Amino acid sequence: MRNTAMNMVHKLAARDERVLYIGSDPGAGTLRAMSKEFPKRHLIEGISEAHIIGMSAGLAMEGFVPYVNTIATFLTRRCYEQVAVDLCLHNLPVRLIANGGGLVYAPLGPTHQAIEDIAIMRALPNMTVICPCDADEAARMMERTLDWKGPIYIRLGKGGDAVVSKAEHGFEIGKAILMRSPGDVLMVTTGIMLQRALTAADLLAAQGIRSGILHMHTVKPLDTEALLQAIRGTRLVATLEEHVPSGGLGSAVAETLIDKLGSGLPAMLRLSLPDRFMHNYGSQDSLLKKHGLSANAIATSIEHALAASRTSAPQLHST
Amino acid sequence: MIQISPHAESALTCTLDERSLYLRRLVLGSVRSAGRGHVGPALSLIEMVRVLYDDVLRIDPKNPRDPNRDRAILSKGHGCLALYALLADRGFFPLSELDGFCGPDSILGGHPEYGMVPGVEASTGALGHGLSIGVGLALAARMRERSYRTFVLLGDGEINEGSVWEAAMGAAKHGLDNLVALIDYNKLQSYGPTDYVLPLEPLADKWRSFGFAVQEVNGHDVSALRTVLKQVPAVAGKPTAVICHTVKGKGLPAAESNADWHHKNKLTDSELDAIRVAVGDF
Ligand SMILES: Cc1ncc(C[n+]2csc(CCOP(=O)(O)OP(=O)(O)O)c2C)c(N)n1
Repeated sequence: MRNTAMNMVHKLAARDERVLYIGSDPGAGTLRAMSKEFPKRHLIEGISEAHIIGMSAGLAMEGFVPYVNTIATFLTRRCYEQVAVDLCLHNLPVRLIANGGGLVYAPLGPTHQAIEDIAIMRALPNMTVICPCDADEAARMMERTLDWKGPIYIRLGKGGDAVVSKAEHGFEIGKAILMRSPGDVLMVTTGIMLQRALTAADLLAAQGIRSGILHMHTVKPLDTEALLQAIRGTRLVATLEEHVPSGGLGSAVAETLIDKLGSGLPAMLRLSLPDRFMHNYGSQDSLLKKHGLSANAIATSIEHALAASRTSAPQLHST
Repeated sequence: MIQISPHAESALTCTLDERSLYLRRLVLGSVRSAGRGHVGPALSLIEMVRVLYDDVLRIDPKNPRDPNRDRAILSKGHGCLALYALLADRGFFPLSELDGFCGPDSILGGHPEYGMVPGVEASTGALGHGLSIGVGLALAARMRERSYRTFVLLGDGEINEGSVWEAAMGAAKHGLDNLVALIDYNKLQSYGPTDYVLPLEPLADKWRSFGFAVQEVNGHDVSALRTVLKQVPAVAGKPTAVICHTVKGKGLPAAESNADWHHKNKLTDSELDAIRVAVGDF
């Protein structure tokens, strides 16, 4: 996913002279081909994230479309005020390509694990937040970033994630993709939780439970219409995210349902990381598993929640 | 032992001409109407802003978005009253707006906002952002082969921020000789002396070692400022830093070098009388 997104910057740069790549101190050879073909538009500016964001704002004010790239935690925590003031307040078309969203950098510990990035980026007015699920989707997403008006935070996964997105679904920023039609449960996913949801849905199907899946690649602006449509007839809405429980996809979905439905809310299950820093290393996969986000654990949690809701909550908005 | 710069001494003693007094009356009029404002930070800036807008910047108030205009960013956004006075005086917006300072429907807030105030190039108020934005603007000029220049006004306390020095390294890396940093070196920040809060000396050497061509000047001496600012870049291929030795609160004896006048609320009658004595009736 990461290589694809990077190569797309090169491709977009070839097509549009406004496109810049701005890295802080990325791995050797990052976008080497672009640096050869467009040396003036391939900028490596040093481990100075606050400055880089301000500088990209200046460049965007003059009509450039900078794609700024570094590790997710440094692109969010380190320069939050610059992102808020220089990019969001001025509403400038700077794209933040965040490597290693979520627990991709599991072995490197809490400084490198972006577990609250969606929340803090989503909280900023004018910011758009996108979490593609695989390389193919990342490519389609990047196409759409060229002419989007304001700033965009792009949370990239590890790379090598199973390709589950489909070309025929296309990609529009802010338009969720219904991967499976609603059933007893609707899983709402973002980023690489989609793959896990698909497997969980198969496991649930074996238990006779029909699962819908709504892939919310854009967490902000959230596709309210698709969400309201997809929950019709379901007994449970389960949100899945590689993120702390506050402020991420689960919060966004809950907020939207409260705002739009007011009463008669569906039973909800928010599956996320716990509200704490991870002090375990290993791999993204092992940490997700440890925190109940393996496909198996997801399926089990949903089964239990459905059983509980059968005794309490009414079926919602049946058509 | 650090030598006191002769420019700092002359900043303390030099007198102000009628235009400088007039601009101070505009600033203090806004403070009187609003019952608040950053007085000291604006008064130390006035001559720097005046010379920029009167003599240096290639700008047209009738065409504030002209792509070839020079860009100026007030990175120490809390000094905005000085900027507002100049912009109003130069016709970017009516002088009457100054009376609305900080009012509920005013375009003029306690920090300048891009898109709200004609002539304001960037929203500032959080210190330490302006020079990076300036680097972006200056780099864009280079890439687009445009002749405009970028001037960034910074406070001396502001340059406590590490981001300023990140930006300085970036400016030097790109050899941005179309970029000028003006430092309002009034030796005071909010709490007190810069020497107490976080010493900056040797300041000129710092900028030099970060790759800038450095000029030092009495920041209240209009003709000296003109000479320095008309000769930028000071060295081809390098960004320029102009260290302007100033006096916080310059022109108001009670406010000069007085941290209590960093931000003022309602001015008392006796303060207003003293102001009239210092800058004339307003
Ligand atoms: C990032 C940030 N921290 C703190 C402040 C609060 N603040 C406003 S003005 C000021 C002092 C600035 O001192 P200096 O840059 O020397 O400017 P002066 O007031 O002397 O003109 C402070 C701390 C701020 N605006 N931004």
